[in-house]
Amino acid sequence: MHPTRKRRLLLILALVVAAGIATTLVALALQRNVAYLYTPSEVLAGEAGDQARFRLGGMVADGSFERANGSMRARFVVDDGDARLPVVYEGILPDLFRENQAVVATGSMRDGTFVAEQVLAKHDENYMPKEVADKMGEAHRKHDVPAQPGAADAP
Amino acid sequence: MAASKLGRWVPLLVFAGLAVLLAAGVWLSRNPNREALPSPLIGKPAPAFELPVLHEPGRLATLEELKGAPFVLNVWGSWCVSCRAEHPVLTKFAESKRVRVIGYNWKDEHADAVRWLEEFGNPFWMVLVDYEGRYAIDWGIYGAPETYLVDAGGIIRWKHVGPLTDAVVAGELLPALAKVEAAAEAQR
Amino acid sequence: MLAEFGQVVLVLALLVAALQALLPIAGAQRGLAPWMAVARPAAYAQLVLVLGAFAILTAAFVGQDFSLRYVAENSNSLLPWYYRYTAVWGAHEGSLLLWALILALWTGAVARFSRRLPPQVVARVLGVMGLVSFGFLAFLIFTSNPFARLLPAAVEGHDLNPLLQDPGMIVHPPMLYLGYVGFSVPFAFAIAALLGGDVDARWLRWTRPWTNIAWAFLTAGIALGSWWAYYELGWGGWWFWDPVENASFMPWLAGTALLHSQAVSEKRGSFVGWTLLLAIAAFSLSLLGTFLVRSGVLTSVHAFAADPSRGLFILIFLGIVIGGSLLLYALRAPGFEGHDPETDDPRSRFAPMSRETLLLVNNLLLASACAMVLLGTLYPLLADALELGKISVGPPYFALLFTLLMAPLVLLVPFGPLTRWQREQASRPMALLLPWLGVALVLGIAAFVLAPRGQWKVAAGVAGAAWVAFGTLRFAWQRLRSPGGRMSAEMLGMILAHLGIAVFLVGALLVEGLGQQRELALAPGQQVELGKHAFRFDGVEERQGPNYVSGLGTVTVLRDDRAIATLHPEKRRYASGGQVMTEGAIDAGLARDLYVALGEDLGDGSWALRVYTRPFVRWIWLGAALMALGGLVTATDRRFRRDAAHREPRATA
Repeated sequence: MHPTRKRRLLLILALVVAAGIATTLVALALQRNVAYLYTPSEVLAGEAGDQARFRLGGMVADGSFERANGSMRARFVVDDGDARLPVVYEGILPDLFRENQAVVATGSMRDGTFVAEQVLAKHDENYMPKEVADKMGEAHRKHDVPAQPGAADAP
Repeated sequence: MAASKLGRWVPLLVFAGLAVLLAAGVWLSRNPNREALPSPLIGKPAPAFELPVLHEPGRLATLEELKGAPFVLNVWGSWCVSCRAEHPVLTKFAESKRVRVIGYNWKDEHADAVRWLEEFGNPFWMVLVDYEGRYAIDWGIYGAPETYLVDAGGIIRWKHVGPLTDAVVAGELLPALAKVEAAAEAQR
Repeated sequence: MLAEFGQVVLVLALLVAALQALLPIAGAQRGLAPWMAVARPAAYAQLVLVLGAFAILTAAFVGQDFSLRYVAENSNSLLPWYYRYTAVWGAHEGSLLLWALILALWTGAVARFSRRLPPQVVARVLGVMGLVSFGFLAFLIFTSNPFARLLPAAVEGHDLNPLLQDPGMIVHPPMLYLGYVGFSVPFAFAIAALLGGDVDARWLRWTRPWTNIAWAFLTAGIALGSWWAYYELGWGGWWFWDPVENASFMPWLAGTALLHSQAVSEKRGSFVGWTLLLAIAAFSLSLLGTFLVRSGVLTSVHAFAADPSRGLFILIFLGIVIGGSLLLYALRAPGFEGHDPETDDPRSRFAPMSRETLLLVNNLLLASACAMVLLGTLYPLLADALELGKISVGPPYFALLFTLLMAPLVLLVPFGPLTRWQREQASRPMALLLPWLGVALVLGIAAFVLAPRGQWKVAAGVAGAAWVAFGTLRFAWQRLRSPGGRMSAEMLGMILAHLGIAVFLVGALLVEGLGQQRELALAPGQQVELGKHAFRFDGVEERQGPNYVSGLGTVTVLRDDRAIATLHPEKRRYASGGQVMTEGAIDAGLARDLYVALGEDLGDGSWALRVYTRPFVRWIWLGAALMALGGLVTATDRRFRRDAAHREPRATA
């Protein structure tokens, strides 16, 4: 075989192998570091199923925030207009964390409570993560909000 | 060489794929869906409050005294540019005198608020002053302007985030108001 | 009145840009000298007009004209006078005008300093830059008018985002844009070369200083952004692999590869395909970055207000510019290396063991890193479009793969300058460097043993930095000692930049390995220990600021029971808009930073506190500063300014 051609074939082979390794590495790295976002209704419906670690998105339910004086352990409920999920978190909450506002918490489920490792809240007055808004928009349509006067959810 | 000739087209093809993906992204984000923010308060009682009144120093107003007839609550501030934009629409609606329009002056300096109303006109039946935002949290207020419709019994029936426009007033506020008034009639 | 004049000026600039684009390029294709001669005056005219528009907008801010919507939305009467100048580029419309201004400045500079270039080249280069200007000006005028009126005028402006009232945040965008936009110069030269079918050493020698300067600014801009995020955002991190950060990093990676590729093409005539493609890629990635942060396509805490209609406009613009240039490349680019031996310049062939090969590996690794970051940044969008779910890609993806790709590069850096062009015997550079590799390994092992935690990272940082530093200095030593050895500016620049890599490695790896942090509740008087330091919380005091209420905390830092610093972290709540800002407190030092930030008031006098130690973190930005300095020094090399006409032009393709 012509030496130049042989060298070129080897080069191509090397490139293909390198590309293969690279693709595998990238795919693995992506898979292990991708976090899906679910709303409480999706989690309760079992859609977060086999995800060990995922993101929970929704609104912090009114009146649900609890934290003992002097303690870092906070409890609150995330509501998506459809369903509610309790969350527990032991860290510093973002400045703009507030009830009735959008929140995205990263963590995992343990015995029916979402244990959050990280909590992100809104960034400015009118910011809601696009992904959370999209999901809640869907829940919204299902629920026919705003509700008619005299709706089922009594005060 | 055939191989390298083909290779020259790869970058263009990769970009074409990328452009398709980005176009899909633009398409998907076409509805910013800010208004999809549900208010868990719809259908729930308005939060009780006790707040000073802008033009009556010393007086504290409460939710109780507003019950008995529906009212519209408009959250605003002299620092809020969009409130300036919605002001004519709000004024036009208030002048129809169909329902009381209560102002909720949020995180604003007293003097600035008074001056703003003097300069642009005061459409409000009464202006509540919440300087620190104490009750705003309970109302789920996170920006201005926001507008609520509360029925005679003190239940929140409608909320709008962002400036009011003629379209919103005609398409959402008035129908919601009509429903509230009809429900009140039916109960008499 | 003035604002309407500003709009008119922008429209005029748009028309001039159109002329600047169409006539010279057509003229160059057809050899019409008068048409080509339009390029320079048009470039100057455009600069004057865009500068005028920018000055008018600045005047509106300084004069606090709240009848302009953009001014009302981004400043108010409480804004100190110096921040009024910088608020001009604080949001979308103004920052775009800044983009257009910087592009006009670069265009003017090229027009001014290109006397010795053939008129056809100048016409094409300025023409392409005019085309890009046209796009940005059109975007401004039709979708993002900074001079739009607010009728009736606002009495008071919206509060400026307090995050933007900060020196770091002010300098960061202009620096970044100088870099991004500066890549339009090698881009324009690449297109000119493809249009003319003439890819020779002259235009390469011409483009190199411009590329280096743009790259230096981009490096500085990214470093500033990182430093700002570190001290302002309160999380103690310096890089988050956030989409907006990635958007600035990708052009940097492509630009670094471009710098090196240009050197090879200029000196040896090879890698021309790479150089052209990288020049197109670097600028395309700059444009892509601009798109990503303004179109609402990606979620990020940094993104400008999203607007899909703007996104569509930019996307079409991207399609024309990038698609057009890649099409041109596909049709016109010379074939790749390693082909027909008869027609090739003998200088352009190289053996497997040569400096060219090392630089080829350099290009491949940097390009792969760039592609990897692009994939990770766009993957959420891809998943969303394919309805696979709402995904976010965590930083470990980027960090792991980036490290894997850069490790071989770090290993190769010292070999580059010591390896000959075309053909080298492996034993020669190895003999020079192997001892230093040994020293680096020994230092690494020592670091491993001595490090209290994060041993592997610390060892890697020390060993890697020592290897790069000693290897680079070994080259410098050899160069200075060789008979008639002179250090050209180009070499000096390279040495500085490579030393910058070493300094950066120390910072990045040691802060990750040795840094400690705690988030905990402390009552006044209580303290927490991190390593050798103790942090004692001394309470929080309420204070009133000009337009905010603040909780001012006091934390005393003790070492060996002696107070060495008092820190005052703060939490501010701004009156209008209700924004809350956490101001971290830092005790800065070359060897370490100590960082404290307030969390929340926990009710009974105790507060949640965030406490960090950040060893060597400043070395990260010092390293970047050295790299930027290296780029600037390289650009001053006299060889680039030598009259092109005196050199034998290479045979054209």
